[in-house]
Amino acid sequence: MIAALLSLTLLGLALGLGLGYAAIRLKVEGNPLVEELEAMLPGSQCGQCGFPGCTGAAMALAEGSAPITLCPPGGRPLIEALAAKLGVEADISALADSGPQVAEVLEDLCIGCTKCYKVCPTDAIMGAAKQIHMVFREACTACGKCVDVCPTEATRMIPLPATLQTWYWSKPEVAA
Amino acid sequence: MNRISEPFLQRLAARVGLGSPLHKLRGGVHPEGRKDLSADPPIRVLPLPERLFVPMQQHIGAPARHLVSVGETVKKGQLLAASQGMVSAPVHAPTSGRISAIGDFPGPHPSGLQMPTLTLEADGNETWFEADIPADPFALSPEEVATRVGAAGIVGLGGAAFPAAVKLHLSRRSEVRTLIMNGGECEPYLTCDDRLMRERAQQIVEGIRLIAHATGASKILVGIEDNKPEAIAAMQAAAKATVVQVIAVPAMYPMGSEKQMIQVLTGQEVPAGGRAADIGVLVHNVGTAYAVQQALCLGRPLVSRIVTVSGGAIMAPCNLEAPIGALAADLVRACGGLRIDAARLVLGGPMMGTQLSNLDVPLVKGSSGVLALTSAEVEQTRPGPCIRCSSCVRACPMGLLPLEMAARIRVGDPAGAVDWGLKDCIACGSCSYVCPSHIPLVHYFNHAKGDLAARERLKMKNEATKKLADERSERMARIVREREEAARLRAAKKAAADAAKKAVAVAAAAAAKEKELA
Repeated sequence: MIAALLSLTLLGLALGLGLGYAAIRLKVEGNPLVEELEAMLPGSQCGQCGFPGCTGAAMALAEGSAPITLCPPGGRPLIEALAAKLGVEADISALADSGPQVAEVLEDLCIGCTKCYKVCPTDAIMGAAKQIHMVFREACTACGKCVDVCPTEATRMIPLPATLQTWYWSKPEVAA
Repeated sequence: MNRISEPFLQRLAARVGLGSPLHKLRGGVHPEGRKDLSADPPIRVLPLPERLFVPMQQHIGAPARHLVSVGETVKKGQLLAASQGMVSAPVHAPTSGRISAIGDFPGPHPSGLQMPTLTLEADGNETWFEADIPADPFALSPEEVATRVGAAGIVGLGGAAFPAAVKLHLSRRSEVRTLIMNGGECEPYLTCDDRLMRERAQQIVEGIRLIAHATGASKILVGIEDNKPEAIAAMQAAAKATVVQVIAVPAMYPMGSEKQMIQVLTGQEVPAGGRAADIGVLVHNVGTAYAVQQALCLGRPLVSRIVTVSGGAIMAPCNLEAPIGALAADLVRACGGLRIDAARLVLGGPMMGTQLSNLDVPLVKGSSGVLALTSAEVEQTRPGPCIRCSSCVRACPMGLLPLEMAARIRVGDPAGAVDWGLKDCIACGSCSYVCPSHIPLVHYFNHAKGDLAARERLKMKNEATKKLADERSERMARIVREREEAARLRAAKKAAADAAKKAVAVAAAAAAKEKELA
């Protein structure tokens, strides 16, 4: 009985000391979670979440002060990834997911003012002064910055059209 | 039977003259064959349609790039579009005539999306393009044979339409020993391979020997389902005195699937996520062998194929030799048209084919059949809930648990389905066929595979755009830095100039003072 008490007390002390030492010696500078979260975010610094760039959003997410549905360009896949990472439940059934979107320049309205391509965080818009601009769909993150600055409402977001390379079967209807 | 004793038994069986014993297959279903509808009449040549619609994407991989322009006249077999990329296939003119349009046209794709297509107006002369024909194709080097197969635009004619030359080049690198020719044709209704083997066995065997020459395979097996006795007899007669062995395999769906055919003939299983070449086996369809023979011995690229036109709604079902690009409607018309309204139109077989919304869709290299099915042949029932009867588990030829995979996909967890082996699903549809609740199981799996691929693409795109964003912010910072640097330089220069001016002024003042003093 005494031997058991003694050994357990000693064990507890030794482990406690070890942990205490490790907490000081192996202290982590900053929150590694923030870095991991930032790596998951699109990184286009579009600011649609209301935070100054993706780092700010990642910090808020790590603190738990921002909902995981904050990032529109990330869409549903990002929400699912964040939910798994942070171990929180997300009610995305109410979220109207319009699917992947992409910016488009209406050629009839574009006056070639170059405002949109100057503001695009991923250089997805090409153009020159007094020339009609166009969008590289592969580079567009649908952040919407170009829509905000366009003086003639020539840029807009459209659902990414399906091509033979990207089309796939829709989900079957669930049995009634 | 364990793994050690199996080869021993095979050797023993071979020694006592039993030939290679067949191996057991798991799962599988026995749908009603309905092959009698079209198996008897000989192959007819489709009367040449006025217009042919030749899609640029008739194969797995990158679409071909067209080389001709509108108004150009072309000869039959002339190269219309070149392959681009590692996995691709060129497209040749299916008849002689004039290119009347280049643009989008509805393609034989389940999405119904349009695809880039050349419209060819036939002149009716069928003048062949001058091709160089080797005197003895067997004297060519294996690489040369594979290259010529690629240049002839030959793709797998069993349905998947994978470029044949890619497989040939790959199998040389992975040291393939066994060549299996797939004459299974397990899909109901389809009889195009059956008729081809009955009527053109000699050419097929020659094509098989050419493929074997290109790959260096020493063992050549032809697997034909035992519901085609005439085809087996014809092939055996043609293969006499060659190394080609023709073997009857039990009729069962999906016997004509590559992995199942390998298993039943060799007893070997393709590892999960692997290819047939990983276990030293190469599989080609018998129709592909015929196309190889035509290309190498006659210099004719793949511009036509045998197509089964069948189904309860077709007036006179039969097999037609049709040019690529003929509309499904042309083929149906040549078979007497529709007897009654079809409940479902299918391009390919009823189990894995593509459902069509109308018949104005061109035939492509991989189209093995045009089916018009009546409502009596098509079961249309609303799906019920899963009763966990495990019929699908017993039917799955890959040994998967379809009900578990579907349950995960239903709640939006395709990654969970991958843990249950979704990536090994061959989409044969056996599970959907046997399900007593009529759950479209294979539809779930096709959806989930597409969903996973889309997520993968999105991830790659995100990585790429992140790099772009980083590069841009770096560039912006550099521009600001350079501007500041330039401003500083300007300021320094100005200061220096001011100082110099001042010094000059001071010197001048001093000189003036000196002068005054003097």
